[in-house]
Amino acid sequence: MTFELLLFYLFGAILLGGALAMISVRNPVHAALFLVLCFFAAAAIWLLAEAEFLGIVLVLVYVGAVMVLFLFVVMMLDINLAKLREGFTEYLPVGIVVAVAMATVLVAVITRYITMDVPERAGPEYANTEALGAILYTEYVYPFEIAAVILLVAIIAAISLTMRKRPDNKSIDPGQQMAVSREGRVRMVSMASEKKKSPRRGAQGGGADGQQDDQSK
Amino acid sequence: MDTIYLLIVLAPLFGAIIAGLFGRQIGRAGAHSVTILGVAISFILSVVVFWAHVFGDAGVYNETVYTWMVSDGIQFEVGFLVDNLTALMMLVVTFVSLMVHIYTIGYMKDDPGYQRFFAYISLFTFSMLMLVMANNFMQLFFGWEAVGLVSYLLIGFWYKRPTATYANMKAFIVNRVGDFGFLIGIAALVFYAGSLNYTEVFAEAESMRDATITIWPGWTFGLLDLALIFLFIGAMGKSAQVPLHVWLPDSMEGPTPISALIHAATMVTAGIFMVARMSPLYEFSVPALSMILIIGAITAFFMGLIGLVQNDIKRVVAYSTLSQLGYMTVALGASAYAAGLFHLMTHAFFKALLFLAAGSVIIAMHHLQDMRAMGGLRRHMPITYVTALIGSLALIGFPFFSGFFSKDAIIEAVGYSEIPGATFAYWLVLAGVFVTALYTFRMFFLVFHGEERYDQAHKYMPDHGDEDDDHHDHGPLHPKESPWVVTVPLILLAIPSVVAGYFIGPMLFGDFFADSLFVLPEQDVLATKGETYTGVIAFVLHGLMLPAFWLAMAGLGTAWYLYMKRPELPGVIAERLKLGVRILEDKYGFDRFNDWFFAGGTVRLGRALWRYGDALIIDGLLVNGTARSVGWISARIRHMQSGFLYHYAFVMIIGLLVLMFAFVI
Amino acid sequence: MITLEHYLVLAALLFSISVAGIFLNRKNVIVLLMCIELMLLAVNINFIAFSFFLQDLAGQVFVFFILTVAAAEAAIGLAILVLLFRNRGTINVQDLDAMKG
Repeated sequence: MTFELLLFYLFGAILLGGALAMISVRNPVHAALFLVLCFFAAAAIWLLAEAEFLGIVLVLVYVGAVMVLFLFVVMMLDINLAKLREGFTEYLPVGIVVAVAMATVLVAVITRYITMDVPERAGPEYANTEALGAILYTEYVYPFEIAAVILLVAIIAAISLTMRKRPDNKSIDPGQQMAVSREGRVRMVSMASEKKKSPRRGAQGGGADGQQDDQSK
Repeated sequence: MDTIYLLIVLAPLFGAIIAGLFGRQIGRAGAHSVTILGVAISFILSVVVFWAHVFGDAGVYNETVYTWMVSDGIQFEVGFLVDNLTALMMLVVTFVSLMVHIYTIGYMKDDPGYQRFFAYISLFTFSMLMLVMANNFMQLFFGWEAVGLVSYLLIGFWYKRPTATYANMKAFIVNRVGDFGFLIGIAALVFYAGSLNYTEVFAEAESMRDATITIWPGWTFGLLDLALIFLFIGAMGKSAQVPLHVWLPDSMEGPTPISALIHAATMVTAGIFMVARMSPLYEFSVPALSMILIIGAITAFFMGLIGLVQNDIKRVVAYSTLSQLGYMTVALGASAYAAGLFHLMTHAFFKALLFLAAGSVIIAMHHLQDMRAMGGLRRHMPITYVTALIGSLALIGFPFFSGFFSKDAIIEAVGYSEIPGATFAYWLVLAGVFVTALYTFRMFFLVFHGEERYDQAHKYMPDHGDEDDDHHDHGPLHPKESPWVVTVPLILLAIPSVVAGYFIGPMLFGDFFADSLFVLPEQDVLATKGETYTGVIAFVLHGLMLPAFWLAMAGLGTAWYLYMKRPELPGVIAERLKLGVRILEDKYGFDRFNDWFFAGGTVRLGRALWRYGDALIIDGLLVNGTARSVGWISARIRHMQSGFLYHYAFVMIIGLLVLMFAFVI
Repeated sequence: MITLEHYLVLAALLFSISVAGIFLNRKNVIVLLMCIELMLLAVNINFIAFSFFLQDLAGQVFVFFILTVAAAEAAIGLAILVLLFRNRGTINVQDLDAMKG
């Protein structure tokens, strides 16, 4: 047994164990954490298959962003855990039977039909990230752009879905601001000019006079 | 000649279009002027054509003027075949039509549908001319249907009367039955001959005699027999032969000029004309001739009998028309086509005369038609009286009047005929002569002689409901002679009613129809008769010795005795022969049977189809059933759509498993 | 020596476990979403393995896109979940039966 194989079995065991724990633990927070463990193990296995970039991406993006998002949501929602666990044991046999059947079939197929020569390991000069980038930005540039658009759409969708209108929101609608016209703001009133009533008021009448002039126009 | 023929046909059509579409603009005088002008042009040109063919040396004209379309090698054309037969028909049609046009000015004076009426009768003239001048079956069928259409329109001319609309629907539907046969007959001929043209079809006649057609296994017919019998069914509808005669008496709901023009003189003779035109085919089919003979004889006798019990003056004339059409048909069946056509011509004149005279009487009686309220009119209406007398004498076959010649010729021809059924037919037409004389003079005496019974008018006033054309002031009636537009046509029609018979020599025994009719030598009964023909006087003298004449005289005498001498006797006789009178008044139950079996049966069939076919099967089983079954199935399978995410996921996974098992292992 | 079978069997087992997870946690939408992430991971392992054994980077490009789409899916899915919880006060799948026929 080579060291590589040892590593593979190790991380494979962690992966499967994490997966089993994830589906069986009671608390969703724990499940999310076990999933993180799975991702770490998977990233390690991907490294064994010379997919360094994707392994790192899995950790950075999945563990760093998606799983954190999961954790946020799980913690944010006030969930009745007991209710959600109802029927767990009831369906356990069915789940096991289905899973075992599926695994049996898949493994049978894989071991019976699929064999492939193990390729040579790439040397230290090989850079997976560079090679992947080389084809991603040339051959797959359009799908790449589309992927970007998909992410953008997801961002907008997620924001618009969860955004709430708050009653105390004081933001201004720019469209209404632009549509303001003079008629909507200023009202002309025609009225007779007032006489000066007293000299005492006349002292401060300058402003009043001006106002009257304005209105008499 | 092309131009003349086209002009003859198109002049009435032009008049009809002007009067029909612009009647409001041109007014009443304009409408009758333009249509009379059109028909007058037709009439004058018809005289020219007749002259050219009969006395000149114009040969048979048979040309196509327009090809409408060609389909599968069959040409649909408009063309004219003009020979002596056509020329004669054109003359009769345009002459009677012209007389009726003029007469209508007087008869329809107060009618709000004046322009419409003129448009219709001009359109009729056009259609009838198309029919008689056709040189192919397509055009024949066009004219056939067009006259049927105009007949429908005119019977229902007073469309506010329920009886009129009933009658016109009846006429149309009964004619459809006949036309169905007609169309099948044409189709059978075209199927064999591959052409619509008369000449080309006639050329195939002899070979067609031996052709057979298998309707379905075990049912094989002679093609020609079958086609001709079906064609004759068409003629039965149009010429009102038993049992498709039921529409003609009811058609008297239309205005009287129409009864004269369409339902006595011209349209109803279309069937006679058609059979005569097809003589080169009919000659080869003894079964068809035999059927024609028997049906004609039955019509001639039994329809005449009904005339005895009718009280409506127009209906008496209508049944008389049926009976006379029967005579014509008998002549055709006996291969005496020329005699049939001869009777057609004389009948057109004297029957149009009788109808117009009846119309004149009806005008005088303020649209009262019941003879029981008439009497003694000869003092008030001398011209009508004389012309009606001429018409009646012609009808019963009084010597030297036209009917005498034509009817005698027919009876003798039937006597000579050896077609199966000829003996039966002979006795019936002979008895028919007595009946004809009896009902004709019953009507004549009741109307023109005897005491004046106008005070009973209110009892027999037509119960028509609306009547914006009649003025029912119910004062005492003072009949007076009709205006000249009415009497002039009467006089003009009375002349040929007397003299038309003298053409018997050339028409029956000469070669007048040599180009048009075809008679096998062994069936040529007229030739047999012609051997002894020496002249008109001799013919009359010979006729005086025949039973037909004495029967007619006996009928006349009986009528005189019953209705002049002992007017109380008819009531007594009717009392004695209650059952017979009942049957006759019931018109042998044809109407009742039709109403019950065909009309009622159709309604019942329709109701059954509606209830079971439509409501139950289509609506119930198919439409609602589909919806219900969808609903039922949905109600079952909706349980699959639980709306729970894990059910769908479960199904997906199970499906995935099944797929893997199916594909992989 | 790690052969292709090793990777594929590992992925198959992981996939089966996540299927079982869907069965077991059929009421908790969050865990269901996590199980789906796990399934995607299994698929990605397959891609990576084939990419390595065929010496073809296209497999890794595919994984890249799957990660993108999965991230978007997770973001939107969680947004819907939050909305759902806000409106109905539960994330129990059994209560989400508005579409039931």
